[in-house]
Amino acid sequence: MPEYETHDFDVIVIGAGGAGLRAAIEARSRGLRTALICKSLLGKAHTVMAEGGIAAALGNVYPDDNWKVHFRDTMRGGKMLNNWRMAELHAKEAPDRVRELEEWGALFDRTKDGLITQRDFGGHRFARLAHVGDRTGLEMIRTLQQKAVADGIEVFMEVKVIRVLKGADGAVSGVVGYWRPSGQFVTFTAKAVILATGGLGKSWMYTSNSWESTGDGVALALWAGADVIDMEAVQFHPTGMVWPLSVRGILVTEGVRGDGGVLRNSEGERFMFNYIPPMFAAETADNEEEGDRWYDDHADNRRPPELLPRDEVARSINSEVKAGRGSPHGGVFLDIATRRSAEYIRRRLPSMYHQFMELAGVDITAEAMEVGPTCHYAMGGVRVDADSQETTVPGLFAVGEVAGGMHGANRLGGNSLSDLLVFGRRAGIGAAKVVDERTRNHRTVAIDPGEVKEAINAATAPFARDEGENPYELQADLQQTMQNLVGIIRTQSELEEAMGELEKLEARAANVSISGGVAYNPGWNLATDLPSMLSVSRCVTQGAINRKESRGGHTRDDFPKPDPEMGSVNFVQRIADGTGGSDGPLGTPSIRTITISPEPLPVMPDELKALLEDES
Amino acid sequence: MTVEPVEDEAAEAEPPAEPEAPEPQPEPQPEPADDATITMVLWRGDESGGEFVDYVMPAVEGEVVLDVIHRVQATAAPDLACRWNCKAGKCGSCSAEINGIPSLMCMTRVDTLPVGADVVVAPLKTFPILRDLVTDVSFNYEVAKRIPPFNPRPKTVDESKAGGYRMAQIDVERSQEFRKCIECFLCQDVCHVIRDHEENKTSYAGPRFFIRSAELEMHPLDVSDRREVLRKEDGLGMCNITKCCTEVCPEHIKITDNAIIPLKERVVDASYDPVAWLGRKILRRTKASVTEASATSPATGPAAIQPDPGVHGIPTAVGE
Repeated sequence: MPEYETHDFDVIVIGAGGAGLRAAIEARSRGLRTALICKSLLGKAHTVMAEGGIAAALGNVYPDDNWKVHFRDTMRGGKMLNNWRMAELHAKEAPDRVRELEEWGALFDRTKDGLITQRDFGGHRFARLAHVGDRTGLEMIRTLQQKAVADGIEVFMEVKVIRVLKGADGAVSGVVGYWRPSGQFVTFTAKAVILATGGLGKSWMYTSNSWESTGDGVALALWAGADVIDMEAVQFHPTGMVWPLSVRGILVTEGVRGDGGVLRNSEGERFMFNYIPPMFAAETADNEEEGDRWYDDHADNRRPPELLPRDEVARSINSEVKAGRGSPHGGVFLDIATRRSAEYIRRRLPSMYHQFMELAGVDITAEAMEVGPTCHYAMGGVRVDADSQETTVPGLFAVGEVAGGMHGANRLGGNSLSDLLVFGRRAGIGAAKVVDERTRNHRTVAIDPGEVKEAINAATAPFARDEGENPYELQADLQQTMQNLVGIIRTQSELEEAMGELEKLEARAANVSISGGVAYNPGWNLATDLPSMLSVSRCVTQGAINRKESRGGHTRDDFPKPDPEMGSVNFVQRIADGTGGSDGPLGTPSIRTITISPEPLPVMPDELKALLEDES
Repeated sequence: MTVEPVEDEAAEAEPPAEPEAPEPQPEPQPEPADDATITMVLWRGDESGGEFVDYVMPAVEGEVVLDVIHRVQATAAPDLACRWNCKAGKCGSCSAEINGIPSLMCMTRVDTLPVGADVVVAPLKTFPILRDLVTDVSFNYEVAKRIPPFNPRPKTVDESKAGGYRMAQIDVERSQEFRKCIECFLCQDVCHVIRDHEENKTSYAGPRFFIRSAELEMHPLDVSDRREVLRKEDGLGMCNITKCCTEVCPEHIKITDNAIIPLKERVVDASYDPVAWLGRKILRRTKASVTEASATSPATGPAAIQPDPGVHGIPTAVGE
């Protein structure tokens, strides 16, 4: 048994994307000994991939915009499944968080008056996204990263966390992980742990997510006994690249449509006019002329249907392709070349221009892009207290894509970057309160060496097997299963089949075999990611079976309409304390121990309800 | 065992009536024959040594080098170490030397490399090897810590009241160019000051951090003066503007022309101009006054003070 390194902090933050960085900055600013742990190098987190912007009702471009409209747009976009309190806090606090980034060095694009300018995006009534060309996520992560470095936050790069540990009192006590470069194990004791590990899209074959998005945060919380909600709500972004095959799934920003791009089928038709749902009919143009006028005059025209929320657009593209009106490589055409000047396109969308030029050999100023839906974002996640982001496990926090509730059944573009900032800060404050409480009560935090050794033994067991499963094959099979059976359109029989397939994959994952050493071994690293990928895939599938309706990112072929009764509950999943065992791969609880039950949504106060009734 | 992505695609796109006419689209290269292969020559080893190993893989249309590396991992060498994240040229993780040229593996299409020739992939030379294609780039994170951080001027009364800082688009664009940096460290890798002289690493920041300093120096809000740090600690004078960094930058940032040369000019002004020297001594002049001036006439920012073309940046390189 190898020795392991130990560290002690007040707060540890797992994940160094926007949410983790913002949480760590807040905790540090409150004088806490704060550590930031991340699976990759600092500054490489998936936040860099965010392109379009940060949604915040600054009112810089349209003075009529305010938090109430943003709240309304968010709730309607989320098909009312959102946690109303999170949506309220988000809408109210996002503008301050954006201006704060500027105070830390971010350089957003400007209006003529020198203010932060804002761009149009799907589902937002006003131009609301603060941005830097189409590389807003990079600007955000670099600003936060540089602030964290200036504040002296300790960063542990390339550390994979495999377990969250709790003390005898049921509160969080620390984590176990390993350094990817050396393979050596390491523990961190802490009074508060913030999970900010991002998304889970890597369980699908075609995804905009990187290798890191294996649902670690949701799985770690679930295994520690925390509640998880709305996991069936997975967003398929309407516009991912579809060709060449090797880049299939890579994101094409919604900013292309916000800046004038339109979707066409193989017959050249702007088909989105055929797919305007009743809920958005009052605010959506029903002819091309009005839609085109809207870009310059929001007041007297309605928005074009290309800017409907993402779930609507993704489903429409899916239908066009199924009807045989797709592009040569199985997508549809996204055309900005015929609608905007080459100079405008290169200035507003420089990354997209290069991405298509270099990866697909397509000049987007001259030709249409081929695009199709790609697995993009998990609306569901760990159930948290809206104000503090604390999970149902004391001292354990979840923030950003790991947390559920904020976005309901469908997230609006731009709302995720603002989510990271608003709730990253709140998680930092929440963690500070817990640390303060535990310090005042003289609660010592200790982790059980027995549990640590168990986790280490289980994680290294694959090296002892001479023959067994190849982790890459397992991952490919899992991705195939989720892509084929739990994709954008779902149906009972396929979901049930997926449940069975997942159990088979789990059994195979328990028999994974690894060659080579522990130092920087991607095969082993993947093997330690598989348990979380399997757990979150199970949650999504089980949630999808139970939600017998279509709502937001969750579409059931056999239940094509929303059902008001289903819309009044969250589906809550958990592994009750002590019941999970360690029968799953690498000593984790088996996916069979995950239970699900409906629970009523929190009740929205009347004054907020009134905001939603307007024009809906 | 080889996963054949073409089959996956067929299985995934279920719609039966789909007119899947795979006409070779805007693809410049001819489609490879079914039995076409590509030979990847990959460096395997760790700090104690290693060697190049050949992996012969089926050729697949439209792939980038990183795709082939992934196929090698999935089929032939599961423990082959390589860093990557976004696979779209936005995170700067998968830097390596492909056929000797510092490049991002995710943005190097195989069909842009010489047809039929081996593809040689080696780790970045300037940094210590951890394993296979992965190097220890902590040098860069250490340099980052010593860059004097962003230090904004206070808000005006109007700015405090509502809306926050006011800045003109033309003024933010200069620093925005440098903030496109994805920290792939290819410029650090190619820079001969540290590539060929390990001993310089203690006294040289490298191109990535020169553009970081330039970004702060040209930031419309920043009031700190980094010229002494650039001269004494960052070794700006050691750069003799060979422009190798600019050539490898995947973001096409004009590192030398737009960042390093203007910085050198500023440092020269600060160090060798007796009037400026006296002014600093007496007035503790900050950059704020310069920035305000530039706001009224954006075309003449702080770095637009054109020196005699004959001494364009060169004296500092020689003089230090």
